[in-house]
Amino acid sequence: MNASAPIKHTQAESDLLERFDRAKDGLAGSVAVKALRDAALGQIRDRGLPHRRVEEYKYSDLRAYMKSAAPLAGAADEAEATSLIETQDGFGDIDRYRIVVANGSFLAGLSDVEALASEGVTLTSVAEALAGETGTQLVASPKSGLTDGVVALNTAFLQGGVVITVKSGVEVSKPVELVQVATAKGAQAVRNRVELGEGAKLRLLETFAGDTGEGELNTVFDYDIADKAALAATRLIVGKTDAAQLFTTIATLGAEAELKSLGFIAGPQFTRNQQFINFTGENSEAKIYGVTMAGGKSLADQTLIVDHVVPNCNSREFFKTVLDGEAKGVYQGRINVAQHAQKTDGEMMTQALLLSEDAEMANKPELEIFADDVLCAHGATSGQIDEDLLFYLRARGIPEDEAKTLLVLAFLSEAIEEYGEDDVTEGLEARVRDWLADH
Amino acid sequence: MLEIKNLHARIAEDETEILRGIDLTINAGEVHAIMGPNGSGKSTLSYILAGKDDYEVTEGEILFNGENLLEMEPDERAAAGLFLAFQYPIEIPGVATMEFLKTAMNAQRKARGEDTLSIPDFMKRVKEAAGHLNVSMDMLKRPLNVGFSGGEKKRAEILQMSLLEPKLCVLDETDSGLDIDALKIVSEGVNKLRGPDRAMVVITHYQRLLDHIVPDVVHVLSKGRIVKTGDKDLALELEKNGYADYIDTAA
Ligand SMILES: Nc1ncnc2c1ncn2[C@@H]1O[C@H](COP(=O)(O)OP(=O)(O)OP(=O)(O)O)[C@@H](O)[C@H]1O
Ligand SMILES: [Mg+2]
Repeated sequence: MNASAPIKHTQAESDLLERFDRAKDGLAGSVAVKALRDAALGQIRDRGLPHRRVEEYKYSDLRAYMKSAAPLAGAADEAEATSLIETQDGFGDIDRYRIVVANGSFLAGLSDVEALASEGVTLTSVAEALAGETGTQLVASPKSGLTDGVVALNTAFLQGGVVITVKSGVEVSKPVELVQVATAKGAQAVRNRVELGEGAKLRLLETFAGDTGEGELNTVFDYDIADKAALAATRLIVGKTDAAQLFTTIATLGAEAELKSLGFIAGPQFTRNQQFINFTGENSEAKIYGVTMAGGKSLADQTLIVDHVVPNCNSREFFKTVLDGEAKGVYQGRINVAQHAQKTDGEMMTQALLLSEDAEMANKPELEIFADDVLCAHGATSGQIDEDLLFYLRARGIPEDEAKTLLVLAFLSEAIEEYGEDDVTEGLEARVRDWLADH
Repeated sequence: MLEIKNLHARIAEDETEILRGIDLTINAGEVHAIMGPNGSGKSTLSYILAGKDDYEVTEGEILFNGENLLEMEPDERAAAGLFLAFQYPIEIPGVATMEFLKTAMNAQRKARGEDTLSIPDFMKRVKEAAGHLNVSMDMLKRPLNVGFSGGEKKRAEILQMSLLEPKLCVLDETDSGLDIDALKIVSEGVNKLRGPDRAMVVITHYQRLLDHIVPDVVHVLSKGRIVKTGDKDLALELEKNGYADYIDTAA
């Protein structure tokens, strides 16, 4: 695409340019960071928001969806944040540490800073880091995703977030919840970085509480997983909101490292959960799961690019989607295996269950393999509830709705159970039930 | 208990007529056997009783304890006391057997305005019934029917039947796939349910089952019609001579 060709801006794009002019002086960062912001905004100015003629956004036209762009959210009210976290708890009674990022800024006062420090976990404010010498690294260091439109939008408006650093060899005893809060309406651009030292282990729960109104929620997670380290990350993208939910994971795995993640989407009108996974050391494994439920006229997009650039790594991608009403589900998954990435084992599966005639699933699993000694497979299915199964359950006295719930739960649970983080299973299944009760 | 009057039915999809005027009355306390050649419509009849919507009733009616059965949803029929032990029980991956049993029992209780079962009460009932039918707790830990052998599936059907305590039990070839010992165990399970308030329809190809579950009435179904009705000796005669005598009358 010719980046210099002038485009006609949509209302949302004009709003974004104006938002930037008003906000830029107040946005954190060194001179170098500001230059990166300018460049990122330039991308939006020149190419617009990602739209359907950009291959990666073929099914998820953010440009068409965003009718306008709200201003960025202002500073958070701590008391309000506390009450939102309590009333909208995403994970029931799991014993955990908590880290709070509200209205785009890390709130140390509401986070378990000391308890985490005593386990070998340090927390740093991204806004502060941006102003320092390493600021540009935060924005520019990840190995991939940098030219993505949603990431550019994030970079331009980045407010803050948290860097979670787990010391080498530390296995954090409890899950750590990173809850993002909106105490006021307005857009949020957040970047969180998770650095696991060699051999470190962390279970992360990513949740959200509050309401951004019409402002888009744009969060980038940068997972940096050193040799022999292991991260399990459960991401909840839930709640009924019209605000675009834009989530990006950029993960870099060292040698003998492990990444396991589950992206759970239920409720928002427009969700894009995209992940860029990079293997940089041998004998590592990434297991990426997705559970998506969408109804009404909503769109839920799980997009994934796994880059096998070194030999002997395994990746497993397993995505389940349930669609109702006129909802649209998108799965785009690509496994790239470079020429010298021999002995790669990649297994990708995406399955969709359509509860209505008008729901639509775009399944696009792809393998791009340049090595000759690999084991890679992919599959995609899409279908309705099996009438024979439904009849069997109903013939035993189970009413239709309840029988459907059982079958949908059975369908989605396959992914939740293979993900296998037992302490979140029950909470997630309860959310599936709640969603079904609503549809 | 069950009155089927001049029942005509066809396959909804292609309108092929399968049942061509069935009349059948079953009173409480009775056991009726239905025999008949492959493809004569036995399973179709059982599915229509249970409410499968692959079939369309074009004529006639079915009364179940005086109520119009054809107007009830499949789950309402079950809650009203109708149970079909399927000829081919299907596997339902991801649905745990115990969870399924609990959901089914409580759904029926709820529909009848009864209290839900407590967990200990539920467990006690399952353990007891499973014990009688030689169904291992290990099997019950698996997803519903998944990986069960043919015979295990049939035993699981009877286990469900014992737990749900229906008024009308329709057994569609429950004996096929059972080994000799299992046939005895299952028959005992079925006989235990026999009583003055309960009726049974036993569909089978083999006289052997009827040695264990002795029927009051035996019907021969051929080409969608009952072509002969008699007592238990009719089954013996069929075993000896086959269906030839009756199929002709139906042609
Ligand atoms: N859903 C269906 N679609 C197409 N044909 C059907 C369907 N259901 C039944 N049939 C046909 O209707 C006829 C009766 O079938 P049914 O299963 O009732 O026979 P049956 O008496 O139970 O036979 P069997 O002794 O082999 O079990 C058969 O010819 C069968 O192929
Ligand atoms: Mg049959």
